[in-house]
Amino acid sequence: MKNFVDLDRVSLRYGEDGDGTLALQDASMRVDSGEFVAVVGPSGCGKSTLMKVVTGLWPATKGGVIVAGREVDRPLSITGMAFQNPTLLPWRTTFDNVMLPLEIAQPHASKLKRERAAYEAKARDLLALVGLKGFEDKCPWQLSGGMQQRASICRALVHEPSLLMLDEPFGALDMFTREELWLALQELWIARKPTVILVTHDLREAVFLADRILVMSARPGRIIAERTVELPRPRALTMTYEPYAVGLVQELRDHISAARATV
Amino acid sequence: MTDMALPTPVTTPAPVRRKRRPLSRSKVFRRVLPWLVVAAIFLLWQMFVVGLQIEPFVLPSPTAIFAAGWQWHGPILDNAWQTFMTTAIGFAFAIVFGLFAGVAIGSSSLVYDGFYPALIGFNTIPKVAVVPILIIWFGIGTIPAIITAFLLSFFPILVNVATGIATVEPELQDVLRALGASKWQIIKKVGLPRSMPYFFASLKVAITVAFVGSIVAETVGSNKGIGNFMLVASSRFEVPLAFAGLLVTGAMGIAMYAVCSFIEQRMTGWAMRNTDSGVFTPGG
Repeated sequence: MKNFVDLDRVSLRYGEDGDGTLALQDASMRVDSGEFVAVVGPSGCGKSTLMKVVTGLWPATKGGVIVAGREVDRPLSITGMAFQNPTLLPWRTTFDNVMLPLEIAQPHASKLKRERAAYEAKARDLLALVGLKGFEDKCPWQLSGGMQQRASICRALVHEPSLLMLDEPFGALDMFTREELWLALQELWIARKPTVILVTHDLREAVFLADRILVMSARPGRIIAERTVELPRPRALTMTYEPYAVGLVQELRDHISAARATV
Repeated sequence: MTDMALPTPVTTPAPVRRKRRPLSRSKVFRRVLPWLVVAAIFLLWQMFVVGLQIEPFVLPSPTAIFAAGWQWHGPILDNAWQTFMTTAIGFAFAIVFGLFAGVAIGSSSLVYDGFYPALIGFNTIPKVAVVPILIIWFGIGTIPAIITAFLLSFFPILVNVATGIATVEPELQDVLRALGASKWQIIKKVGLPRSMPYFFASLKVAITVAFVGSIVAETVGSNKGIGNFMLVASSRFEVPLAFAGLLVTGAMGIAMYAVCSFIEQRMTGWAMRNTDSGVFTPGG
């Protein structure tokens, strides 16, 4: 579907009385379904705000937000989200954490009782796919940071959301774990082709994972540049060190430096 | 306790050195330590009273207290049971009310802002001052004691449950809301389980103040219960007997605390361990 996510000159001001922080100003972006888009920008530019607007968690102050052909006026229920902090529930096992969305999101929640076995098999497959086989019954505190983050991504994906929102999901991890998870995420994406919007400040990550990269300006944020990544899939980590990718990272860097300078 | 022998090298046959495991690491020692402390307190107390020849009606010795307690164990048990029952009933009401009100106050900032000042005001009122009013309403006896125990003990429960629910991480709420979760679903799946450690921790505080509540009420106006028993005993200058009542109350408090603590460990073991989640600060 073309323009699965369609933001048309969206502005967002926090606070009720009109003098709060202006986080977004005339931000426009379009994402096709099945596309992997990364949003990069200087810190504090409103990337996380953009996520909240797209998912309907915060209503836009001005402008139109259309997702899946419908105006967004309340939280969407077709979204999976993952954050820098894995936010797993410490009282549930890894497996039960991954099952959580199925207990809430429709139509799964009402089918869960009858088709529990099928759903459980699906959750197990997903955990196995990210290398967490054998850790299903462990509690989150027994997992390393990287493993928790994998589980968190499984939780974001288990109900097969048509829109996956990732807000710096690998930001708190070391480089090796991060690269490992890039590969895992790419694999998941190729297998299921959800629409992904990834917010990140790691430009290599954006180049490695995304089909298209959007650059945001400093606050109030808007999209100031757009680059398509012409790398074949599946991509290998070494590609990020080849001239094409290095040049792209360099170019994105320049955009962001320029955006920072205009603060 | 067994001594652990270090493996001694064969080349040095002379003095075999044995190393004791430090006492602080022994589980058995940790278990008996509280009993040793209590025994030591009684021992010092006894030595103090006997050494300075203090009159029993000023400060009775532990042996005199135990003797009086044993002599009157029938009435003591009778009255202790009454106190225990009123406390338990008041405490049970406090749990139910504290949980419900805590959920209501913690999950809505509107309810929180509206009710919290009134609750603080209410909690500041000395409950001893309320007892005479309760007696006017319900007469002398069990009911004022139950209500006083309830009034004293619901507040810590309420505040803790409300805190647990109000401090759910915003990202976690976003995850659930983005799945189409209702407010109630968020409370049920996240708020309540998350507030359980706070809840059980508050029970340990609440049960001890519940005892205070019933005994205060029994002292001010009742014809039964440990509070009344001590009042009668001291008015007859049977000071050892009054002290025996005190000891029984303390023992009941410790026992109930232990029960709450046991349930806490059973129910919220996950919170007693070190977890990583929740320690990271969200980035933006």
